[in-house]
Amino acid sequence: MALKKFVVGCFDDENVLFPAVSKVRKAGYKLHDVYTPFPVHGLDKAMGLRETSLHTAGFIYGLTGTTTAVTFMTWVFTKDWPVNIGGKPHFALPAWIPITFELTVLMAAVGMVLTFCYISQLAPFIKKHHFHARATDDLFVMVIECTDRTNESEVRDFLAKSGAVEVDTQVAEEGWWIGRYDKDQKLYKDEIAVA
Amino acid sequence: MSLIKYESQIREPLVDGSKTYAQVTNDICHTIEAKPTRLWYIGFGISLTLLLFGVYSVYREVVYGIGQWNVNRTIGWGWDITNFVWWVGIGHAGTLISAILLLFRQGWRTGVNRAAEAMTIFAVMCAGQFPIFHMGRVWLAFFTLPYPNTRGPLWPNFNSPLMWDVFAISTYFTVSLLFWYCGLLPDLATVRDRARTKLRKLLYGVAAFGWTGSTKHWQRHESLSLVLAGLSTPLVLSVHTIVSFDFATSVVPGWHTTIFPPYFVAGAIFSGFAMVQTLMVITRKVMNLQDYITISHIEVMNKVIVLTGSIVGCAYLTELFMAWYSMVPFEQDIFFKYRIAGPYGWSYWLMMTCNVISPQLFWFKKLRRNVTFTFIMSIVVNIGMWFERFVIIVSSLYRDYLPSSWSIYYRPTIWEIGFYLGTFGLFFTCYFLFSKYFPVIAIAEIKAILKQKGESFKEGMDKLEKENVEEFYEVTHHDDHHGAVTVVSH
Repeated sequence: MALKKFVVGCFDDENVLFPAVSKVRKAGYKLHDVYTPFPVHGLDKAMGLRETSLHTAGFIYGLTGTTTAVTFMTWVFTKDWPVNIGGKPHFALPAWIPITFELTVLMAAVGMVLTFCYISQLAPFIKKHHFHARATDDLFVMVIECTDRTNESEVRDFLAKSGAVEVDTQVAEEGWWIGRYDKDQKLYKDEIAVA
Repeated sequence: MSLIKYESQIREPLVDGSKTYAQVTNDICHTIEAKPTRLWYIGFGISLTLLLFGVYSVYREVVYGIGQWNVNRTIGWGWDITNFVWWVGIGHAGTLISAILLLFRQGWRTGVNRAAEAMTIFAVMCAGQFPIFHMGRVWLAFFTLPYPNTRGPLWPNFNSPLMWDVFAISTYFTVSLLFWYCGLLPDLATVRDRARTKLRKLLYGVAAFGWTGSTKHWQRHESLSLVLAGLSTPLVLSVHTIVSFDFATSVVPGWHTTIFPPYFVAGAIFSGFAMVQTLMVITRKVMNLQDYITISHIEVMNKVIVLTGSIVGCAYLTELFMAWYSMVPFEQDIFFKYRIAGPYGWSYWLMMTCNVISPQLFWFKKLRRNVTFTFIMSIVVNIGMWFERFVIIVSSLYRDYLPSSWSIYYRPTIWEIGFYLGTFGLFFTCYFLFSKYFPVIAIAEIKAILKQKGESFKEGMDKLEKENVEEFYEVTHHDDHHGAVTVVSH
């Protein structure tokens, strides 16, 4: 948890944003994130982000569901309390397919959603710094982190030249915290020296 | 390469009018931010009244028992299970639109998927009430769950289709809810960031889970949506298959058939699309969203209705044929003496007219694109599909193997009807609240297709195609050449 200084450039067209992203990366600036109002396809690749492995997690959760269902029903009907149901076999695998399938889907879906929320820090009363209110409306907001080697005015000029319609500098908390959106919170009481 | 991004000029635009991203946000968020209209209050009031009547009907059933209904030893399922199957079926169109059409990359789904998914959730909520209250001692409903209990532990019978139903419906509800809410997160964030009052900021802030629109989050969100769609697709098919197993695994004539699963799934999508049409026609008009839910959306859905309606019709005829061909006297009697004729003959022919004959009018393009006709037809189809379930349940049960238990005629009591009306109340109360407080159209998804499939961008395509013909030729020609070389080298 630390306050950092960011240069924020807002774009109003994704076709301008794409070349800008690759230019920023080529210039060697530290790209913090790009906030977009909708999923822009290919932007993750342009930013050099790794492919998500959320679907692998989903597959594992699904397998957990399958094994849970099959082992549980087997245990119940062959070990714990074998009931004679019309003389049918105790180990009635075909009749268990529906429940096995449903549990597979249930566990995969619930597990994936919880994982998604956990790794993306999404939950009620979680708050993060929003660099621009219109990032969820019509602006593509590119945020560049200033390190001790960054020349801020150079970055600002760079963004403006790349087609940003709005450029500004913000000092902000980079992580998340517990908070409400109807209240402005001052996170640190003491003055923080930013390089 | 840029050409591949654009789609055929022949297809109609999915968003009418020249819209910018900001306009899309404004158009859809407008209804959330404005005061509700008088029409909304009237509709909401009626729904709430129906809901309260339903609550009272259910109260009588719980306090005095199943005797409040006219179901009897022969016709044990009556209206109650008819309504259950009907509501579950309606839910299926929402998942079809949100999941199956996502996998098939059908762009038009973006206009209607949010509302259709909401419809799914509300319909499944309504459906669940019926089997639960049909248990009689509803306070013991939790006995269906496999939890370690003090009775042994005694476990539920996992071989029973009714037990499969418990798992199928609860899974279906949970997964639909998660899918729907995950899709809502970015749009709720949009509403939150536009909010002016403190209360709105607080509530939408809580509801949006602190969504920022980070690229990494979008990447995961896309992956999540795709996998949830992939899971929901077999799920939706399994749910109505399992519902049909409630019938098909029995030995009751008219139920004991292998055609039931596909026949029920097609029927479910058929009735579900009819309900989507009913809601969409009203929603687009009342909320002024004609640019997003266009006539071509309505036409496409009517095409689905005529297709599934024909499948259902085909299933009806197959049933009749199989009854005759099987040479089983019980089957033949049920179908030819007690279903298409007899005291319930009228309901069979009502079903046939509404489900098989009238949707065929949608072969005419003019009628497919007529909003009023679509609305009327959507109601007709829903009536027909209700009668389909009624015919299957009642006309098979009232003449079973034992003539001594034959029932002459079954008429629902006012509390049985009240329960059904109550679920209408529940459904529409939820829908009214949803349409007021949530974005009824997936804002982010509309924005994502706007540049390729919106009207203004389509207009520019002709010019673009001409400009890029040479580039396009070069790209394809180069690819061909490259392919040929690889073949030779092998």
